[in-house]
Amino acid sequence: MKTETFSYLPTFSREQIEKQIQYFLKMNWVVGIEYTSQPNPNLAFWDWWKLPLFNIRTVDEIMSEIEACKAANTDCYVRITSYDNARQTQVMSFVVHKPQNSVGDVL
Amino acid sequence: MSKEKSNPEEKALFDAGVKEYSAAGRYYYDIGYKPTETQVLAAFRVTPQEGVSFEEAAAAVAAESSFSTWTTVWSDYLVDASRYSARTYEMKAVPGHPDQMMAYIAYPLDLFEEGSMGNLMSSLVGNVFGFKPLRALRLEDLYFPPALLSTFQGPPHGIQVERDRMDKYGRPMLGATMKPKLGLSAKNYGRVVYEALRGGLDFTKDDENITSQPFMRWRDRFEFVMEAVNQAERETGERKGHYLNVTSGDMEEMYRRAEFAKELGSRIIMVDYLIVGFTAFTSLSKWCRQNGMLLHAHRAMHSVLDRQPNHGVHWRVLAKMCRIIGADHLHNGTVVGKLEGDRTSTIGINEMMRETRVATKEQCPGHHFDQPWLSMPGMMPVASGGIHVWHMPELVSIFGDDVILQFGGGTVGHPWGSAAGATANRVALEAVVQARNEGRNLLAEGTDILKSAARQSGELRAAMETWKDITFDYESVDALDKPSA
Repeated sequence: MKTETFSYLPTFSREQIEKQIQYFLKMNWVVGIEYTSQPNPNLAFWDWWKLPLFNIRTVDEIMSEIEACKAANTDCYVRITSYDNARQTQVMSFVVHKPQNSVGDVL
Repeated sequence: MSKEKSNPEEKALFDAGVKEYSAAGRYYYDIGYKPTETQVLAAFRVTPQEGVSFEEAAAAVAAESSFSTWTTVWSDYLVDASRYSARTYEMKAVPGHPDQMMAYIAYPLDLFEEGSMGNLMSSLVGNVFGFKPLRALRLEDLYFPPALLSTFQGPPHGIQVERDRMDKYGRPMLGATMKPKLGLSAKNYGRVVYEALRGGLDFTKDDENITSQPFMRWRDRFEFVMEAVNQAERETGERKGHYLNVTSGDMEEMYRRAEFAKELGSRIIMVDYLIVGFTAFTSLSKWCRQNGMLLHAHRAMHSVLDRQPNHGVHWRVLAKMCRIIGADHLHNGTVVGKLEGDRTSTIGINEMMRETRVATKEQCPGHHFDQPWLSMPGMMPVASGGIHVWHMPELVSIFGDDVILQFGGGTVGHPWGSAAGATANRVALEAVVQARNEGRNLLAEGTDILKSAARQSGELRAAMETWKDITFDYESVDALDKPSA
């Protein structure tokens, strides 16, 4: 199974995830964390981990929120999203964690 | 009883005869006139016949595209000419072309019907283009005042809504036109679609000349294609679309096909917007808005209208009209591929298509007017034609995220088949986006980025080997005017 942006690349290392988050913060986007145990193409709304992280502007803090979300939802997929209030839209979404028993890639 | 003779003295009863369009007392040539904020502004490249002055040629354009005909007529005197005449308010030299001048003409809003692109075009590019005193005439840019713009609704959904509907964020989308263009049976065609989508593309596309030929009737194509889309979605877990071409012989048939696409659950349909005409295109755009269907516009026939540098309608005008009438996708140049399109000009048109506030002349090279968009949704440019994985760093660098990159030959031509071709494109795209976000320079480091991604992807490695020497390095026929040194 694929999970949209960056899902055709090898799994990102912690450092690679941090570099992406750095870019989102540089773009002045608000970063959010979402999780679900059963992703499918028709599921638009995954569960929110808290609210989008309006007040968090450092990579380390966001990384610890991701770790907390993973720890609390061990059987879930976790993705990072970003919102750009200037364009009034969501601008990013990529999965940073898959559960151990996740479905393998079709290819 | 017979009537009296109508004019016993046989004297002229009004000022009959042929006057120069630029004559004093007429309004067509009025340099220094300040257009009002509700007027439509046009930039025309005027090439007069020998012996015709620029003034007279420009005034003739203003006159023939608005109020006047070749001779004065008595019924002119029943109308307030100052209210309905278009005015040439500025003339500019064209660098390098002493036989041409750019004429700027202001049209009163009253000349045009609300929400009718057909009516606007009947005036602006109607009879006047065949006018004998002109050797050639080209509509270079067109400004829509807010008062007229807001009588149109624009793209049925626009870029943001499309991203939400398709669940694609933070990267350009990937598509491919299905090949061969003509001749496949419906089931084989569905197979080509399925392979490309399951390999990682977001969209596949009918070609512009696929409608409902004997070898593949539309209903069969729609059914097999949607089976392919649904199966690819189930397998990959991602949303997919195929642009089902509903272009057909009449409007009723287009609606019939669009309705069936909706019934099958298609997310998107397509139309050859210039071929069906402005009015049919407007109707289909409205249908798409009402029915939650994305609309992909193909620009077949545009080169007939826009490729000649001194005559016709510039592509930037046709593209602007497409956005105003309303499509969610429109083909624009690739800058790097096999089809015509000057680089700077193409970039300027992309900006114009996507900006939702004011698309300024500075932001959109080649444009003559700042165009306020009043929050009308932007339109996704589609870059298609002769592009392959090696172009990816440059394409992402030029277009950014809001674009659809279509690799037809670059997908179906992969030595391992379409699924591998699609994967190669997707891996290349994601590697390039990752690198850009990490702050790397795509133009300087593009080759390294691709080679490094290819170490993890056999599909990308094979694609890079297949197309390593392919470029389309010809001068564009229609480049922007360059100021002489």
